[in-house]
Parts: sequence; C-alpha cells; structure tokens
Amino acid sequence: MKGCLFNIDSGYLEGLCRGFKCGILKQADYLNLVQCETLEDLKLHLQGTDYGAFLANEPSPLAVSTIDNKLREKLVIEFQHMRNQAVEPLSTFLDFITYSYMIDNIILLITGTLHQRPIGELIPKCHPLGSFEQMEAIHVASTPAELYNAVLVDTPLAPFFVDCISEQDLDEMNIEIIRNTLYKAYLEAFYAFCKEIGGTTADCMCENLAFEADRRAIIITINSFGTELSKDDRAKLYPRCGKLNPDGLAALVRAEDYEQVKAVAEYYAEYSKLFEGAGSNPGDKTLEDKFFEHEVRLNVHAFLQQFHFGVFYSYLKLKEQECRNIVWIAECVAQKHRAKIDNYIPIF
Amino acid sequence: MSSKDRLAIFPSRGAQMLMKGRLKGAQKGHSLLKKKADALQMRFRLILSKIIETKTLMGEVMKEAAFSLAEAKFATGDFNQVVLQNVTKAQIKIRTKKDNVAGVTLPVFECYQDGTDTYELAGLARGGQQLAKLKKNYQSAVKLLVELASLQTSFVTLDEVIKITNRRVNAIEHVIIPRIERTLAYIISELDELEREEFYRLKKIQDKKKIARAKADAEKAELRQQAEAEEAASLLDEGDEDLLF
Repeated sequence: MKGCLFNIDSGYLEGLCRGFKCGILKQADYLNLVQCETLEDLKLHLQGTDYGAFLANEPSPLAVSTIDNKLREKLVIEFQHMRNQAVEPLSTFLDFITYSYMIDNIILLITGTLHQRPIGELIPKCHPLGSFEQMEAIHVASTPAELYNAVLVDTPLAPFFVDCISEQDLDEMNIEIIRNTLYKAYLEAFYAFCKEIGGTTADCMCENLAFEADRRAIIITINSFGTELSKDDRAKLYPRCGKLNPDGLAALVRAEDYEQVKAVAEYYAEYSKLFEGAGSNPGDKTLEDKFFEHEVRLNVHAFLQQFHFGVFYSYLKLKEQECRNIVWIAECVAQKHRAKIDNYIPIF
Repeated sequence: MSSKDRLAIFPSRGAQMLMKGRLKGAQKGHSLLKKKADALQMRFRLILSKIIETKTLMGEVMKEAAFSLAEAKFATGDFNQVVLQNVTKAQIKIRTKKDNVAGVTLPVFECYQDGTDTYELAGLARGGQQLAKLKKNYQSAVKLLVELASLQTSFVTLDEVIKITNRRVNAIEHVIIPRIERTLAYIISELDELEREEFYRLKKIQDKKKIARAKADAEKAELRQQAEAEEAASLLDEGDEDLLF
C-alpha cells in the first residue's frame, strides 16, 4: 500500500535512479582502468562503460582536470534531470542534498569578497550543483556586511546562518570554522528533515547522516591536534546527530591525541573496527580511507530497500566517489606513479 | 706584422728601464689573475656538482609533491579555489645575502617563513592529514627551488667572471707580455744600433783626424823646408845689397 503511494509521485524517479546506479563502474571496470598505460587508453576503456563518448570531443593531449570536469558535468546533468522531475517532498529532499555544495560555494564567495576579488570571476568556479538563484545577484555585494544582509539571508542557507553566524563573524572567524559550523547546522537540519519524512527514508538516511556526523566529529578532532583550535571551539563544530552524541562527543572534546580518540571509538563497534585497520605507515590504509570505504558500504546498502529517498542521496555520493576514483587513477597514470594506483575505493 | 706591433716609445735607456718595470708588473698580474681564475674555477666546479645533485633531487621531490596533491584531492575533493581565493601574501619569502669568492660577489638566496600558517585549519573536516602532507611536500619543493635558483645565479655570475678573468689572463699572456718583450727587444736593438753607429762615427772621426794631422804635418814639414831654403839664400844675398853702398 505504502509502495503504491510512493510510486505515484516518485516511482519513476526511483526507477531512473536505480537505472543510473547500474552504470556505476564495477570492480572489473576498475581492473581494466588500472592497467592503462596512458590517458588515451583510459579514455578508450571509459568509452566501453556507461560514460560512453563523454570525452569524444576533447582535443588530444588529455588533461586530468578535463576528465574531472567532464565527469562532474555528467553527474550534474543526471542529478538535475531528476531534480526537475521531482515533486514534494522528494524535491525538498534533493534540494537538501544540494545545500552541501551550496555551503562550499558560499564559502568560496565569502572568501573572495573578503579578499576583494571580483565576484564575477568566482561564479564560474562554483560547483554547479550548489548554484542558486541569488548567486546572480551576489555581485551587488561588495563588503561582507552587504553580502550577509543582501544575499545570504535570502539563500536557502539562511536558517543555518542565522542560527550560528552573525555579521561580525564573517569578518573575524576563520573561513574553515564558518564552513564547518554551517555544515554542522546543515547536517542537523537534514537529519531532522529525514526523521520527519519517516518510514524507510528515515531508517536509511538517518544511518547515513549519523555516520557522516560522527565521521566529521572524529576527523575534526584528529585534525585539530596541534592547531590553534581550542577544545571549546572544537566542540561547537561537532554535528549533534550521530551515534556519538552525547557521550562520545563529550569524550572527544576531552581527547588530546590520536590514542584517546581511538579509545573513544572503542566503545562503538562499527568505528572501532575502522580504527583497527587503519595505520599511518606507507602502504596501510589511512583512517580516512577506512571511513570512505564504510561510507560506500552504507550507501550501497541503501539500494537494498525500496520505496525511499535514500537511493538518491546514495547514488550521488557513490557517483562522487566514483569520480574521485577515476580522477585518482587518471592522476596515477598521468604521473606514472603506479605503486599506489590500487588505493581507490571500489564500490561494487 | 706582429713583430712590428710594439709600444710607440722612443728607444732610450730610460724607456728600457720603464719597459722592464712594466714587464715585471705584467708578469706579476698574470700570475695573480691565474690564481684567481683557478679559485673561481674550483668554486664553479663545486657549484656545478651541487646543481646536478639538486636537480636530480628536485625531480623526485616535485614528483612526490605533485602526487601528494593528487592524494589530497582524492581525500578532500576540490579545494583549489578556496585556497586560491584565500591568498593574501606569500608565506615563504626570500632574503638575499652576498658571498664573496676571490673578489666576486655571489648572491645567495635564503628562504624564511613569514607569518603563521593561514591554512592551518584547511581540510579540517576531511583530508586534513593529506593536506598537511601536501603542504610539507610543497614546502620542501619550494626550498629546493630557492636553493637551485641561488646556485644557478651563482653559476651564471661565476661563468661570466671566469670568462672575463680568463680573457684577461690570456690577453696578458699572449698580447701584453709579448708586446712589452718586443718593445724591449726593439729598444735593445735600437740602442745597439746607436752604439754601433757611434762607434763607427768615432772611428770615422779618428780617421779624419789622422788624415788631417798627416796633412798638417806634411804642410808643416814643407814650410820648414821652405824656410830653411830661404834662410840659406838670404845669407848669400845679404852682402849683395850692402854691396851697392
């Protein structure tokens, strides 16, 4: 019954998304790709996959950045197609996904304005998924205060801004801290939204978002060692929707070195596993790689259930990971650095 | 042609002394310049070997740095633009110092960190370790580049100075010293010539004097004879006039 209702609005798109998912590169494709000697070979192999002739019109000395741009372009076209067909509440859900890119774009624009760069130059450099209507109008703002009053309060990100960042902060705060504060607010809002939708979507998305939140908390803690970021400031950046909330986060605030973070993770079965396999020696997988692998696993699991929105999020995330994998392999091939070419994160 | 190439100077004893002094000076200068050229050459070789060493190292370090950029991009996604827009001033700056090798000032570049790391928090949520590694790798690459630049500049400067010095050494050895020597030889030959001329002249004068003396003697002798003859005749004639009385 629920499935029928779901299919009225979103059945077509879910089918479409699952179709797109089948185009994600398999292990066999990766094995072919890593054996390439040149970028031309790589292009040839990619032509055999779902990507088809996406590099056909590129002039011959192929740069890795061109591949990167084209991969992203294709992903954006697919996602935008789905977004255009979507109706409520899926459209809001898809908008929520784009907010994370929007945060990156806004951060870029703020940085540019603070350093008096012409905004017109910055807009083409923004991620296309994160573009929003007000971006066209952003050139009216020449100071951070104007930017905040005239532009930011109108963007979909306004609620995140209003809660945590004031006008003065734009000038004074480190840009990375603004970014992470925004992202924290975004994750929490997204989490609440998914809970509100309920059903399978909530089950699936909350797990993904909780993992994302915990990963951010752990990585922020590890990366803040040895920097000027104080423990209190650090605590403000932890998204409070993960499984670590509240005990784990409180312990993370107190952590002073990697070992203590690891000790905190010991209490959580899935994270302790990740810490165990991670090492900092060359050849070992780093903790971040382990997190990526876990993320991919969670996203693949989203496809095991039907009639929910999680597939769209998971599809986008998997596709992004795939782009990174292809770019990584392309870089390794271009730089003739084959020793680490197998460090990509396989998806299927 | 070259045998005629000598200083325009009047051949005299004074000029010869002057030339001898000059020859000595030129020889001294030649040996000093030669020593300088050797010292420079030595330094030159040293720098050359260092350049080769740094360049090979450079290749590896740059490769590693470029690869760590790929690694960071893999972990963090696209962070290029954010970093680019954040740049206000250079973090690594260069000081120049001077080094003195045998009177040649060589510029030496030295890099230093200016201000704190503005990107300390970059990649806070993702890929911070990769970014730190990236920063470290590129920093060492920049340091190597600066070192290489310093060596290259020294190399070029030294090369020029060595060329000039060698040209001077060769000029002194093959042009100035031979010219002075030729001038000296010329002066000596001219002086000899003068001496021979003088000798010949003296001889000639002696000859002339001898002839003149012989002539005078002959004339004197003739006069004496004449006088004697006249004296005898007058003795006879004396009474004659008186005889009229």
